[in-house]
Amino acid sequence: MTAIMTLTEKLTFYLDYPFVRYAIIVGLLIALVSSLLGVTLVLRHFSYIGDGLSHVAFGAMSVAVVLKLSDRMLLILPVTIFSAVILLKSGQNRRVKGDAAVAMLSVGALAFGYLTVNVAGASANVSGDVCSTLFGSTSILTLTTGEVALCAVLSAVTLMLFLLLYNRLFALTFDENFARVCGISVEFYNLLLAVIIAVIIVLAMNLVGALLVSALIIFPTMAAMRLFESFRAVTAASAAISVSCALIGILVSVLAGTPVGSTIVVADALAFGLSMIAARLRGGV
Amino acid sequence: MEQIRCNNLSIGYGEQAIASGLSFSVNAGDYLCIVGENGAGKSTLMRTLLGLQKPVSGQPVYSPDVRKNEIGYLPQQMHTQRDFPATAGEIVLSGFQGQTGWRPFYRRSEKAEARAIMRRLCIEELAGRSFRNLSGGQQQKVLLARALCASGKILFMDEPVTGLDPEATREMYAIIGELNRGGTTIVMISHDILSAVRYADHILHIGNACFFGRNEDYLRSETGKRFLNRREVGL
Repeated sequence: MTAIMTLTEKLTFYLDYPFVRYAIIVGLLIALVSSLLGVTLVLRHFSYIGDGLSHVAFGAMSVAVVLKLSDRMLLILPVTIFSAVILLKSGQNRRVKGDAAVAMLSVGALAFGYLTVNVAGASANVSGDVCSTLFGSTSILTLTTGEVALCAVLSAVTLMLFLLLYNRLFALTFDENFARVCGISVEFYNLLLAVIIAVIIVLAMNLVGALLVSALIIFPTMAAMRLFESFRAVTAASAAISVSCALIGILVSVLAGTPVGSTIVVADALAFGLSMIAARLRGGV
Repeated sequence: MEQIRCNNLSIGYGEQAIASGLSFSVNAGDYLCIVGENGAGKSTLMRTLLGLQKPVSGQPVYSPDVRKNEIGYLPQQMHTQRDFPATAGEIVLSGFQGQTGWRPFYRRSEKAEARAIMRRLCIEELAGRSFRNLSGGQQQKVLLARALCASGKILFMDEPVTGLDPEATREMYAIIGELNRGGTTIVMISHDILSAVRYADHILHIGNACFFGRNEDYLRSETGKRFLNRREVGL
């Protein structure tokens, strides 16, 4: 009883700080948009692209750090968007195998990023910097008001686009050729999708770090697909699972002092495990 | 009234033609079956007609009163989408995507029409069911309903009965025939030459020997006789 009391006390104590509330808001928004887009990405077999792009974002981040840019986003966002467009294009172009192209780009960017930081690194604590970019900072409590605002705006735009294009996205995801025959400009929507993916990856990198980004995209969708049959239900469940896991992960990390990114991802992995068990039980009955 | 015309069309990939010198036309209300050996380019021809693929030379010409969003398409059975989470109703409604423009949601009239089409194909009760758990015949009917939502003017079908059991095959042909009598132009790829000459009114045979004309003329032609004989011996 007293343990619960101290826990709630501790929580209210932390929630009194604006930066803790910011962290929670940003975390939930990122979890929401990444899981919504995750449904499309997973079903179109593009989930590996998220992983590849996060490495590219890491490379760009390293360069931005070395160049001592005041606003790192100005470099990271365009580079990641550009790579996303290239990758989605190469997925359709059979000359370079899509998965091999992603692998090359991603390890290349990773190596380049680490090399840049090491050779031209201005900071004394290279491994600390790299580690926090790859696995997320030990806390996202250091976010500035500006970063929170940017994140909120980008998430809101993505969310709105998703709602407005929901039916179109379904048609494109289910059967791209049919959509093309209907006269939908598939190229335009793929381009739009590439830009949105890139934005989400960069946003999510702040939360969970480059190496763990794709977890936010893949786990909630995979869990939802075990539980539901319709596209709408899978989308809604994916969002609900992702937001709950992010909330649990952030609260646990604040209370227990664990690294926030990996705590969220472990929560997502557990949710996936539970959904598998639930599906197995339901199938068995 | 002519809806599609091809003059000396060559199809294939890049510069490599699989079939060339294809000349034929499709009139409103026609029931055209495209037949030929495996690898003769039947699917390639359909993809070219649908604008999914560039022709090597020549260009299929649509009459001006067939707009881009007035074409229905029933693709060859999709293997990639086997575990896609979607209900039959969601898929059928997506057939209206060509008509929504920038409108984000479906109109009530569109939802009603989708229901009416599903009722006509006797799949109304499948609307809430998961697509991946349906039988092959039911899946084909759902995809046909989607194509009909897109348009009742021209229907392109790539081997619509492949993989269906005899009962479902008969049913599918009956539905297609009924649609055709209702005024829908049918362009169908068929593996089953006997059904093709039985149901269609025009045959386009592509391969080493080409033929285009009415099906009774096809039966009398050298190409037709040879192909039919070989198929019968093969059976």
